[in-house]
Amino acid sequence: MKILVCISHVPDTTSKIAFVDSNTKFDTSGVQFIIGPYDDYALARAIELKETSGATVTVLNVGLIDTEPTIRKALAIGADDAIRVNAEPTDSLFVAAQIAEHAKGYDLILMGRESIDFNSGVVHAMVGEMLGIPSVSPVMKLDIEGTKAKMSKEIEGGKEQVEANLPLVAGCQEPIAEWKIPNMRGIMSARTKPLKVVEPKSTESSVVTQKFELPAPKGAVKMISADNVGELVTRLKTEAKVL
Amino acid sequence: MNILVFVETSEGKIRKTSLEAVAYAHGMGGTVTAIALGAADANELQAIGKYGASKILHAADTKLNEHVIQVYSSVLAKAMQDENADVLVLANSSLGTPVAAKVAIKTGASFASNVSELPNTSGGFVVKRSIYTGKAFAHVELKSPKKVIAIRKNAAELKETGSVGSVTNYVVTLNDADFNTKTISTEKATGEILLPEAEIVVSGGRGMKGPEHWGILLDLAKALHAATGCSKPVSDMGWRPHHEHVGQTGVKVAPQLYIAIGISGAIQHLAGVNSSKCIVVINKDADAPFFKAADYGIVGDAFDILPKLTAAVLAAK
Ligand SMILES: Cc1cc2nc3c(=O)[nH]c(=O)nc-3n(C[C@H](O)[C@H](O)[C@H](O)COP(=O)(O)OP(=O)(O)OC[C@H]3O[C@@H](n4cnc5c(N)ncnc54)[C@H](O)[C@@H]3O)c2cc1C
Ligand SMILES: Nc1ncnc2c1ncn2[C@@H]1O[C@H](COP(=O)(O)O)[C@@H](O)[C@H]1O
Repeated sequence: MKILVCISHVPDTTSKIAFVDSNTKFDTSGVQFIIGPYDDYALARAIELKETSGATVTVLNVGLIDTEPTIRKALAIGADDAIRVNAEPTDSLFVAAQIAEHAKGYDLILMGRESIDFNSGVVHAMVGEMLGIPSVSPVMKLDIEGTKAKMSKEIEGGKEQVEANLPLVAGCQEPIAEWKIPNMRGIMSARTKPLKVVEPKSTESSVVTQKFELPAPKGAVKMISADNVGELVTRLKTEAKVL
Repeated sequence: MNILVFVETSEGKIRKTSLEAVAYAHGMGGTVTAIALGAADANELQAIGKYGASKILHAADTKLNEHVIQVYSSVLAKAMQDENADVLVLANSSLGTPVAAKVAIKTGASFASNVSELPNTSGGFVVKRSIYTGKAFAHVELKSPKKVIAIRKNAAELKETGSVGSVTNYVVTLNDADFNTKTISTEKATGEILLPEAEIVVSGGRGMKGPEHWGILLDLAKALHAATGCSKPVSDMGWRPHHEHVGQTGVKVAPQLYIAIGISGAIQHLAGVNSSKCIVVINKDADAPFFKAADYGIVGDAFDILPKLTAAVLAAK
């Protein structure tokens, strides 16, 4: 079985978000980049499938050269080889078109349920559409039986058991697998694993980001005494008007 | 401008976030047509008109009762064509978001999800969308003549316009090949208020000490007609079901009121609640980071405060 895992290169979840150039560019100073947390679940499940059924695992990222340490980390975790599409990931449709170009021939295409920078939650659906194969997300459990994938998918207020034939795209989330931490041997071998850089298929983007904006800052917290809980209810009614 | 709105049903009822999508479309101006797929209550369908849809299409084919994303996206792409729609609007959800993405590809439309405000059409068509898990916004221009927009909760105010819409039967031709996923079974809490749609959320963290103590939290939720949520460790340990987990890697909520009890306020948790209108934090540690993100705070023991708060809520009714 051939598995493709698509990983995004995103700011660490604890990062403070800021913009520069009059709010037109993300401020990378002091920001640590990681494999998207959901993509990390996808990768972990792929490695488990590799260990239990001898699959090969390729990771793919659409990004400029600065994403390579993140790709190497995925190789250290256990992926066999990697592809980097040398382009700035400007919007979901663009990213999906690049992934679809390289995703043919894989039995299973695993992604995260959403990236944590643009949070579109759609690249998997788009790639499925472009390749004419099923896509399921967010997947909390994924087992392969022959040519079929058996999945548990989260829906609002519950979950569904879903089946589909391979090839298939799945957007993953916990508890599909436990995040894996690279060990020393993995880190050493990652340095020499193949990382192929390919140029993007030109696709003009129909979505253009004009500027960014930060939310308005919050006012100071109003503290209420633990001996006077009733006051909270009064203030939620009359002051905040949320009750 | 012709706007088509996909309204999602749950047990025959129209989802509240879908009515917000109708209100959003009405706010854009133009002619609004709503479309519902699968079983839906007749009165509920009629009521969609009140939020500004002049026409309500209903495709009642029972094969649509199963939510197959590929099938829904084909039907909606065709409906956009039939209705000569320039824009498709729907609510972000586990069904709506992927359907929207596929419709965008089928129709060659520009696409944006997590849209939080009405578009600005003064120069082009620009929507504001939430990014970095609610930590920022992006203003994006949708350049194609056709557009597909998935909105988040509270993107439009839900108010009745006084208009009346007519319900028409919409006949669909379904393609067998589109049934490419099969739902074997569904486990769903019934009668519960759904977390992503709730106006009030009562959420508990590790400070609640164990699942056996959730009763006092559920009492408060019941008194407030609130949905219940939790922090990640709480669902990881199996104290509460996974779909209640709020935060960066869980559900993003946007209620009027979010009450956090025994939750420290880690940045990953805050990422899921920062769109709440009002945040109340109850924590025994005065230095808990959550207080910095709160509107109201009480320093104290949850086991002491929760019963008192529930009593105060009931007394104020
Ligand atoms: C990549 C990543 C993603 C993550 N995603 C999420 C996410 O989506 N959602 C999420 O919640 N977390 C997430 N986390 C975990 C997050 O970092 C925190 O570990 C977690 O939110 C802490 O949960 P907690 O506040 O319940 O527990 P704790 O941090 O243990 O806090 C418990 C709090 O309860 C208080 N307390 C104790 N006893 C009482 C009492 N009797 N009465 C009142 N207060 C009391 C304590 O003072 C403390 O503040 C993520 C972490 C990572 C690395
Ligand atoms: N630049 C990228 N390169 C490779 N995969 C990506 C990229 N951006 C997003 N993805 C994948 O698509 C999933 C959904 O992303 P999104 O639709 O942006 O929320 C992510 O979890 C990744 O698995």
